[in-house]
Amino acid sequence: MDILEDILQKEAKKSEKYKTTDVEKNVELELDLGNLLALDTNDLNLQELKSHKEKYLLNLARDNTQLLLNKLWDLPSERREEIVVAKLPAGTLRLPREKPCPKPKPLTKWQEYALEKGIKKKKKTNAVWDDIVQKWIPRFGYKKAELERQKDWVLEVPGNADPMEDQFAKKAEKKKEKVSKNEFQRLRNIAKAKKIKVPKEGLPTIANPSSDLLNTAAKVARVSTASLGKFQPKLPKEKTLKENVIAPKRVKRDHSKISSNDEKSSHLKIIDSILGKKPKLDIEKAVNRQVFQDQNERSEEKKTQKSKGGKKRRKTSIPSKARKGGKISKPRVGKVNTKKGKAGVGGGRKRR
Amino acid sequence: MPSLQRVQKPTTRKGKKILLAKEPKVFEDVKKKLFLTGRKASEVLRNCSKDLYKLSKPHAVILSRKNDILPFENIVPVENLCRNNDASLFFFSTTNKKRPNSLTIGRLFDGRLLDMVEFCINDYKSFDQFTASIPAETKPCLVFSGELWEQSQELAKVKSLLVDVFRGEVIDAVRLQGLEHVIMFTATNDNILMRSYQIQLKKSSTKLPRVELEDLGPHIDMVLKRTKFASEDLMKRACRTPQEAKSKPKKNVSKDALGTTHGRIHMGKQKVGTIQTRKMKGLKKTAAEKRVARKSKKAN
Repeated sequence: MDILEDILQKEAKKSEKYKTTDVEKNVELELDLGNLLALDTNDLNLQELKSHKEKYLLNLARDNTQLLLNKLWDLPSERREEIVVAKLPAGTLRLPREKPCPKPKPLTKWQEYALEKGIKKKKKTNAVWDDIVQKWIPRFGYKKAELERQKDWVLEVPGNADPMEDQFAKKAEKKKEKVSKNEFQRLRNIAKAKKIKVPKEGLPTIANPSSDLLNTAAKVARVSTASLGKFQPKLPKEKTLKENVIAPKRVKRDHSKISSNDEKSSHLKIIDSILGKKPKLDIEKAVNRQVFQDQNERSEEKKTQKSKGGKKRRKTSIPSKARKGGKISKPRVGKVNTKKGKAGVGGGRKRR
Repeated sequence: MPSLQRVQKPTTRKGKKILLAKEPKVFEDVKKKLFLTGRKASEVLRNCSKDLYKLSKPHAVILSRKNDILPFENIVPVENLCRNNDASLFFFSTTNKKRPNSLTIGRLFDGRLLDMVEFCINDYKSFDQFTASIPAETKPCLVFSGELWEQSQELAKVKSLLVDVFRGEVIDAVRLQGLEHVIMFTATNDNILMRSYQIQLKKSSTKLPRVELEDLGPHIDMVLKRTKFASEDLMKRACRTPQEAKSKPKKNVSKDALGTTHGRIHMGKQKVGTIQTRKMKGLKKTAAEKRVARKSKKAN
């Protein structure tokens, strides 16, 4: 009996040393272990909340967290990468997603055909050995074009082809066609997936066309007659396709009819204009700048005068309009020669 | 790499990966948060945004400029900003005379507003006012105290929003020693009190640990003001889980009395007529044979 009592006393002492992990609640907590969530629907002690708010909240939180963790400790554990983890069940609270569920993409024309015929994709290696160049040529990607050029340093002219034909250009043309065909088919697949109807030939109709699109459409419609729009009625200011084309106007000069003197003078004129260039003096701008500067100085003075308290009046020669901030007219200054006449042109030009 | 249904293809592989990451997924990543300010900012709100941003790093973005936006009048500018930053949760803080220290928390579905709630912050204590600390990106335990969370319809929706905001990553297993953060929301008649604590696990006489809490911050006292919730329809649509995410019970697998597992395989019907086989040219029907076959068919 004594031994039993001793053991019980020892156990009691041991448990006294540590604080309890039990929590008593009137209503059980609703736990969602998957989300580490606990809902406590017990009444709050409003008196305590008012008087010792932080302390009460701390204790309440401690109790609720204790209950939550007690349940978490009961979960089955697992070892993942040398760490012991508890496996959580799926969360019960249904929360909304941020994006809608992914819709399965419809198969492309080729994918449908491949599925029907049972064609499976064969994985091809990138590099292909070429005996002539003695190198690994990649089938796609980095350095393909360069090495391909090395490999195809010469192209055979096939037996039935024109010997003057450029085989390299032909090859490049074929590749361009392939790429554009692929692009067309890709866009067609996208249109099919998005259920956008695209006409087999021609351009699709646009809901809100811009003004230039409408203009182009009108011009093209004009020219789409048997006589290529020659006899179509035209509005007074309407511009047809031909007029709008930006092409340099080739002025045909008859060089045999110009006299040597005329030619000489015209050449000299060109040289004068190039070599005799002087900086243009914009008088209006210069005067306006000066006026602005003077105005600023005056306003600064006024500010300092105000702080000083004294009154000083200064006579200025600025016209009243400019003082009020209006634009001044060009003052009467003598004609400034911006261009030098026949006499005296800049540096070392030989006269013949 | 899966394909993008775009007219203009991305020119770089990196760009393509970024675009693919923005596509809808079966199992979604953490929701990104956007912190923005309205016409006028206050110190309390600025500290609050900063602290909540620190809690949500790296899945958060703070916009530093002030915006002339009123979410309850026109939510479209907020939606645009969220779309540009790929965020689906936003924290909009403004202050004015009528609504001082107002923080609007909202979430989006498919780039459009789902629901939003406006809180008026009465009292705020930041991280810096407490000494405890936790490592970054710790998943918090969430506790909601008070019967109002269940009784009031409005507060039940607010609870859903708050869980969504503070939940963090969705996980299937947790290291028990790593549970260091707990956030408690108490709902009284007048206000909602948010308290955040650091969990300290102490030894106890049983194998369960004794939980002790230490003030960590932020501590926010807020009052629920205006709300804008989603219609039942929209919420239903947003909560829909894709077929792939639903766990299906395994069918056609059974165990017999001796413990051996049996499975049933159901074979489909073979399209014997249209199977792709080797073409034997010699066995092909000639034109005459075909004509005969057609005639006999017509006769029948």
